[in-house]
Amino acid sequence: MAAASCGREQGASMAALARLQERLEGLREEYFLTNRAIDEDRKRKYKAAVKIQRWFRACRVQVCLRHLTKMVILIQKWWRGYLRRKHFREIVEIQKTWRGYYVRKYIHNFYALKKYLKAVSMNNEFVRHELQEYTEMKENEEKMKDLEKKDKEKKYQARKMHYLLSTKQIPGIYNSPLRKSPDPMELLLQKSKPLTHRKQPVKSPFADELYGWPTCKEPPAFVTSLPLLHADRRKPQGPFRDPAEVLRQRYKPLEPTLRARESMYSAPGKAREPTRREEWRNPIHDNEFLPFSSYHKNYEKYEPSLFKSDKYGQEAYGTKYFREVYPKKWIADKDFETLFPSIALFEKFGKTYSSTGQIV
Amino acid sequence: MSQRQVLQVFEQYQRARSQFAQAVADFAARPQSIDTLRSAGVVCLLRPLLLDVVPSIRQTAALALGRLADYDVELAEAVVKAGILPQLICSLPEENRYYKKAAAFVLRAIAKHSPQLAQAIVQSGALGMLVICLEDFDPGVKEGASWAFGYIARHNPELSQAVVDAGAVPLLVLCIQEPEIALKRIAASTLSDISKHSPELAQTVVAAGAIAYLAQMIPNPDAKLKRQVLSALSQIAKHSVDLAELVVEAEIFPVVLTCLKDSDEYVKKNGATLIREIAKHTPELSQLIVNSGGVAAVIDCIGSCRGTVRLPGIMTLGYVAAHSENLSMAVIVSKGIPPLCVCLIEEHEDHIKAAAAWALGQIGRHTAEHARHVAVANVLPTLLDIFVDTCSSEDLKVKAKKALKNILQKCTYLPALEPLLHEAPPSIMKYIIGQYSKGPFPESFLLSYPAWKSQCGGGRQGKGHILSPC
Repeated sequence: MAAASCGREQGASMAALARLQERLEGLREEYFLTNRAIDEDRKRKYKAAVKIQRWFRACRVQVCLRHLTKMVILIQKWWRGYLRRKHFREIVEIQKTWRGYYVRKYIHNFYALKKYLKAVSMNNEFVRHELQEYTEMKENEEKMKDLEKKDKEKKYQARKMHYLLSTKQIPGIYNSPLRKSPDPMELLLQKSKPLTHRKQPVKSPFADELYGWPTCKEPPAFVTSLPLLHADRRKPQGPFRDPAEVLRQRYKPLEPTLRARESMYSAPGKAREPTRREEWRNPIHDNEFLPFSSYHKNYEKYEPSLFKSDKYGQEAYGTKYFREVYPKKWIADKDFETLFPSIALFEKFGKTYSSTGQIV
Repeated sequence: MSQRQVLQVFEQYQRARSQFAQAVADFAARPQSIDTLRSAGVVCLLRPLLLDVVPSIRQTAALALGRLADYDVELAEAVVKAGILPQLICSLPEENRYYKKAAAFVLRAIAKHSPQLAQAIVQSGALGMLVICLEDFDPGVKEGASWAFGYIARHNPELSQAVVDAGAVPLLVLCIQEPEIALKRIAASTLSDISKHSPELAQTVVAAGAIAYLAQMIPNPDAKLKRQVLSALSQIAKHSVDLAELVVEAEIFPVVLTCLKDSDEYVKKNGATLIREIAKHTPELSQLIVNSGGVAAVIDCIGSCRGTVRLPGIMTLGYVAAHSENLSMAVIVSKGIPPLCVCLIEEHEDHIKAAAAWALGQIGRHTAEHARHVAVANVLPTLLDIFVDTCSSEDLKVKAKKALKNILQKCTYLPALEPLLHEAPPSIMKYIIGQYSKGPFPESFLLSYPAWKSQCGGGRQGKGHILSPC
């Protein structure tokens, strides 16, 4: 029994052993694989654990570092700020002094301003002085013009009253015998020429309205229509021309040519002036229009007049002497003498009255 | 014989027409007979005479119409309504110079009354005919035409533009160069009327080369011509900086200063106006005026005139002083403040006083130095009186207040502020007290003890650091 059971057991175990031996290879492989898997697993987990731990440690260190860097930054910040501000103040100090100097020297230069104001006031004085002189000059001119006008007026009056001049016999009203010297008017009268009679200018029909215009000085140059005649004017008898025609011809005013009428100072006149001057300046030949060379032979000979020439030459009368004298025909040797006295009254001429009218 | 009789009838008719035209022209020259003429319907009767065969009748009829239109607005309107304008200008180019003169007279007499009448003239096409008249040789015709242009352009910018579009400006510039004084006067006044409305019109006038000729005529001895020339230049210069610079480049300084010493009041006024229009644009132009001694001349001019003639001179000083403190100091140094004070006290018109107050404010507002000069001249009490016075106008009060404010805010000269303390109203008092509170000023240490004491006793807010009583 025991052997059977042992045998069974041995048989079972042999079977088991055979089965196991069959499975041994597989088991070995299985065992290997499992170990490998576990190994790898263990490695993986190990790595993961290391990673986690690493990470955690890193975080801790980083926090520490961060804190440190923050502190460092803070300190550095404060320090650098302080440094720069100090520097800045130094720079600003320099710039401040420079700008103050520059502005005072160039832009708001006090001394230049003072100089300028002084120059302005001097210039003002000068200008005021000049303007004062100008006004005085103008006033003088005005006075001179007034004086001249009065003078002219006086002279005109003297010319009109020329007949009041005193003669040698009769003293004039400005030359009273009771005065010591003649009135200045007398002297003026002596110097002035009498006025000539001037004819009244004919009044044309347009005279009234045209004198109203500021620049129209004289009546129109041509009369285009009949001057108005009285309606009841009777024609004179006889071979007379039409009176209107006569008047027109009589009072036809001067119509100078454009060249004469144009003033020297108008634009075409002025434009001609340089050409005139040029002509005077640049002639080719100084003696213009000299006669031909044989001029003096033919034309400059003296031809005596027929009345004075006789056979033997020229008569001297008319050129050498003018008075004919025939001493042989004289009756007596002497010339005539005055036998009769002049008229007695004429002897008293200028002597009956006191010596007025004599120019002092 | 009958032929002769027939001709006699025609001759009588012609004589009658001629006599009628002459008589109406003579009557129209007398104001008392114009009403009678109007009621007799003279305008309708003169109208056919404008187209008469005989030239002298046409001329006399035109002259009569001109005198009638010259007298009254209603007559001018009646002339326009009667349709006279087309007939007047239809045959103008072929007419002789007397007719042209009379026609220009009519147009000018109508245009002078109102812008509507001037517009009617422009619409009837008269501008072209007036330009033909301007091209004529006779100076009287040119004068009449430019006078008519002047009256048309005077009213508003559109009419001026119409005149410029008709091409009148170059011809007017030619007219200025003519030797006749009257023609120069009228042409200058027309250019002045054209350029016064807008910068474009002034630019047109400048582009025609007018400035050089106008500047050449400033030294001319004739007073009325000078008036017009200076007025024309000032109307050109007033619009913009460029135009003012162009006027200055024509070398008007220092010749213009002699105009400020002319015996004619209006020449002085227009000269001062020209300088004002130049000074107001930029500091550089004001600097130029100061450098050429213009400020001194203007100050003398103010001193020698009375009334409205002074006004442009006062404004010139204000403009010059307003630009910068150096210029203001230049005005002070040229003794500008006393005439302005005198103006403020003497003048009766409010606008002149307002201008003087404004000018003083501009002088004194820059720095303490300027305010001191103004205060020393004893201006502040006068300004205060004007401000407080009930019969001053609103404008004058406003300007006086502003001037006071500007001067007081910079004034550190305390003796001048002292008399104001007693009389000033609250609106001014706050500035005075503000000045006192700004602390001890260097000048104040020169004061004597009693004045010091009275200042200490005066109304002064303690702001802590104030001077201790000595």
